[in-house]
Amino acid sequence: MKEQIEAIKQKSISEISNAKDLKELNDLRVQYLGKKGELTSVLRGMGALSPEERPVIGSLVNEVKDELESIISQKEESFKAEELNKKLESETIDITLPSKKIKRGSKHPLNRTIEEIEDLFVSMGYDVVEGPELETDEFCFERLNLPQGHPARDMQDSFYITDSYLLRTQTSAVQAREMLRKGGKDPIRMICVGKTYRREDDATHSHQFNQVEGLVIDKKENNVSLADLKGTLEVFMKKMLGENTELRFRPSYFPFTEPSYEVDVSCFNCGGKGCSLCKKTGWIELLGSGIVHPNVLKMNGYDPELYGGFAFGTGIDRLAMFKYGITDMRYLYTNDVRFLGQFDRMD
Amino acid sequence: MKLSTNFLKDYVDIDVDVKTLAEDMTRVGNEYDFAGHLIEATNLVIGEIKECEEHPDSDHLHVCQVDVGKEVLQIVCGAPNARKGIKVIVALPGAQLPGDFTIKRGTIRGVESNGMMCSLAELGIESKFLTQADKEGIHELPDNATIGADPIKFMKMDDGVIDFELTANRGDLLSILGMAYEVGAIYNKPVKTIDLSHSETGYNISHSFKIDIQTDNCSLFLAKKVENVTIKESPTFIKNRLIASGIRPINNVVDISNYVMLEVGQPLHFYDADRLGNKLIVRMAENGEKLTTLDEVERTLDENDIVIATEQSAIGLAGVMGGLTTEVENYTKNIIIESAIFDGVKVRKTSKKIVRSEASNRFEKGLDPNRTYMAVERACHLLEKYADATIISGICVFDRTEKQDKEVFVTVDNINDVLGTNLSEDDVIDVFKRLKFTGYAEDGDIRVLVPRRRLDISIKEDLIEEVGRIYGVDNIKGKLPILPIKAGSYDRTTREIRNKMVSLGLNETLTYVLVGEDEANKYTNETFSNLKLLDPLTEERNTLRYSMIPSMVKTYEYNKSRNIKDVSIFEIGKGFFKKGEEYGENSKLCVLMTGEYYLGFGNRQNVDFYIIKGIAEEILDYLGYANRYSFVHMMNPINEFHPGQSAEISVNNDIVGVVAKLHPSITKDDVYVMEINLDKLLSKRTGKMKFKEISKFPAIKKDLAFVMNKKIESKEIETVIKKAAGSLLTDIEVFDVYTGENVAEDEKSIAYSLTFMDAKKTLTEEEISVVFDKIIEMVESKCEAKLRR
Repeated sequence: MKEQIEAIKQKSISEISNAKDLKELNDLRVQYLGKKGELTSVLRGMGALSPEERPVIGSLVNEVKDELESIISQKEESFKAEELNKKLESETIDITLPSKKIKRGSKHPLNRTIEEIEDLFVSMGYDVVEGPELETDEFCFERLNLPQGHPARDMQDSFYITDSYLLRTQTSAVQAREMLRKGGKDPIRMICVGKTYRREDDATHSHQFNQVEGLVIDKKENNVSLADLKGTLEVFMKKMLGENTELRFRPSYFPFTEPSYEVDVSCFNCGGKGCSLCKKTGWIELLGSGIVHPNVLKMNGYDPELYGGFAFGTGIDRLAMFKYGITDMRYLYTNDVRFLGQFDRMD
Repeated sequence: MKLSTNFLKDYVDIDVDVKTLAEDMTRVGNEYDFAGHLIEATNLVIGEIKECEEHPDSDHLHVCQVDVGKEVLQIVCGAPNARKGIKVIVALPGAQLPGDFTIKRGTIRGVESNGMMCSLAELGIESKFLTQADKEGIHELPDNATIGADPIKFMKMDDGVIDFELTANRGDLLSILGMAYEVGAIYNKPVKTIDLSHSETGYNISHSFKIDIQTDNCSLFLAKKVENVTIKESPTFIKNRLIASGIRPINNVVDISNYVMLEVGQPLHFYDADRLGNKLIVRMAENGEKLTTLDEVERTLDENDIVIATEQSAIGLAGVMGGLTTEVENYTKNIIIESAIFDGVKVRKTSKKIVRSEASNRFEKGLDPNRTYMAVERACHLLEKYADATIISGICVFDRTEKQDKEVFVTVDNINDVLGTNLSEDDVIDVFKRLKFTGYAEDGDIRVLVPRRRLDISIKEDLIEEVGRIYGVDNIKGKLPILPIKAGSYDRTTREIRNKMVSLGLNETLTYVLVGEDEANKYTNETFSNLKLLDPLTEERNTLRYSMIPSMVKTYEYNKSRNIKDVSIFEIGKGFFKKGEEYGENSKLCVLMTGEYYLGFGNRQNVDFYIIKGIAEEILDYLGYANRYSFVHMMNPINEFHPGQSAEISVNNDIVGVVAKLHPSITKDDVYVMEINLDKLLSKRTGKMKFKEISKFPAIKKDLAFVMNKKIESKEIETVIKKAAGSLLTDIEVFDVYTGENVAEDEKSIAYSLTFMDAKKTLTEEEISVVFDKIIEMVESKCEAKLRR
């Protein structure tokens, strides 16, 4: 009987290894291992054996059974893997074809610059405050120590809609509003960013432009001085224009500050060597600043003997142009979609 | 102010080149526009034309043999006045002339030419300063010019010029003397005294001549008489200094009045005494009063103009321009000198109407009364010396001014606190000494006596500024303020809206708030008064916008004209209004969409009403107004909107904005706009973002469709469905709108997907079919709609 079992084993192994697909394999499994399969039939013939032989043959049959099972399942695994591979291959696509895009919007370069400035000052504890663009003469000029007839008003030709209302010429108008809001007692650390308007329009001046205004007022004992103004503007300009930027303070005149300084930055185009942008001077005039004039403090509720501080202001349009290499100011306001669409990613 | 450095050196001894001086002045706050020389040219020599022949191949060129000292050069010259025997300015080969012009050896129409004979214009002198002869040809030097010498030196035109852009508070620097004090402070040099010497004769003028000051707008008025002047050309140094300062020389008398103005800063006016009578009146003009000024223009005056007058009529506009009838002419013999101070604001207003001049500029910035007197004396000195004048003794005076030094106190601590410095008392007093102020310590303070010339100084902060200037702001080291710690804050909402719109694929614009008047009241059904500019730059931008839509439509038109068809843009900006007597402004969000838009992944679609409505809903949901808004029919139609495709956005039953297609009369394209008044919207409360427990029980989705007349709106059906379903219905969504086959021509089918859920248990089929039947029954009975089977 042993010989018979061995013969089945050899035959079945050879047939299994030659099986071509899963179906053939399943048929073989039934043929040899099924209820009516060849090995099972052998077991049925065991009744004719001696009691001594029975267990020997029985275990032999089981051994062969296990072996066949194992060979079949190995073969089965390899058929399945093959089939999966075929499926995957048939699903392979051209990954270089275009994607299904989501439309991407864009943020205006000026507002990007404004957000950067706001973030910087907020990180230094400043509040970002707002004020009206349609301002009164009182807040735009008078409360900033610029009475009617003051020659410095000439520097800011304005769009009036009545004798007393105008489009603000400077964000400084918000200084007075903030001082009054704080009631002459609370310290102030604010910036105001926004649109400003002057009655001029040429290649380098837009009648509508943007400014940022900064104001720090604190008790005299906290000693907010010119040195602090210098340090603050250094941080501001280095952040916007690069760590190598140098600042030059020039004494100047603004009615709302005393002393007053104009601030030049080393030319961001040529690095200070001299070029057409800086008119060969190496410097670009960028900010106005100074120590808040006692009259301004007084007029807006702060006692100049007890409080003091500094203020500064600058145009943002030129900063944005520098930052993004925009060559013509008019691009900022013509809103060509091909221009706008370029500002569509993280900075 | 154009500064002649030769003129400056009359009063302060300095030995620095003009560029260094300009930079050093900049550092103390006096910016300049130009710094260089009156004549910017190199390699010039004096030559004499020895031979002058016609060019063989030209009808106007000359071939000259010019002796320049070391050699004789052949030079071809086109000037009509080139001739044998005259002395001329020769630019040698290699010479640099203004305008980046280099002289080279060459041939002109076949004839060798080794240099150029120059006109003054070619040396950079503006044509307004040239005589007729100099305008027409090369400059001719007098016989005593030395061949081979430097012509610039010979003409006394070797002068430095700095064109300063002075700040409005430094009127004192509109004079050579003022500049001398400033430069003296920088280099720590004394300022020399001015020569006022002259002799006087005759009866005191105040007996025979009267002045009558009838207005408060004149605080100081002086009149002095000189007689028997000889009118002639000015001496060279006066002419050259005037030219360097940008003033055209006329004759010695007129030039002296300008020279004194430049020197001491006080404008003077000279009257022809014989045409004046014996009295000068200062008064305000009458409304409508006429005056012909010396430019021969008849002016109509008003009560804000200060005039100088005789008993008969006005003869001059104070501080601005003299009158034609009394000006100094070539035959003038006797002169009344006027030196006065008029109100700066009044002069400014008048000069803005008439003409801004060197004189009016000085009146506007303010004057030192001491200089008003000094100017008269200086004019007498010069008139005696250069116009052979006889100075009549005495002077007519009206004076309400203060002339003594101003007393201002400051402490060293004041200075160090503001500047962030550590200066000593000696340092500070030294600065005042340099400025020629008197400063000394007194009871812990520093008492400073500030001369009247420094009109800009009156309080201690002004003195602190002076110390900062002269000590040098570069010497102050920057630091950051040490202040109590606090968190900064900003308006996050605007930024969130902006980011949201960008993420929806829209491009952010930045438009002008000024629009044309005809556009300002379009795209709205609200009533308000237009806000027109009093003095617009252009008619196209003469009014403040109320709605932002006109600005956005302009942007769309601009892009369309550049063949860009897909435009999806937004902006957060201001709209302005006047309602009643109130002026105000609102922050607005405006969107314009046309052409193709991507809907999610790769799905391109032409923009339609529902897309822009979706944008509106997205922003409202994002801001927290979900379930608080609805789109309603326009209460009052807006002409510029498509009547069948426009809606108002209502939040908590208040209109906050619009969504609409533009009317075909505005554009043939399909253009959609949305505008939300953010101030109004954001004033409405939103729910707090808060966690809701997730239901443990499954939701069941069921679809159904109704057929109805096209005119019936979905919202009507939805309302009934919600009412019928009650609290088990958690969501309702339209997933299809169908017209066409199997639906009558005037009908449409709307398919809804309904989501049911019970927070407490799993819903059974039976429970849902009860609700479902109720929905169908109510919709069919309340609306004109039928279940689609």
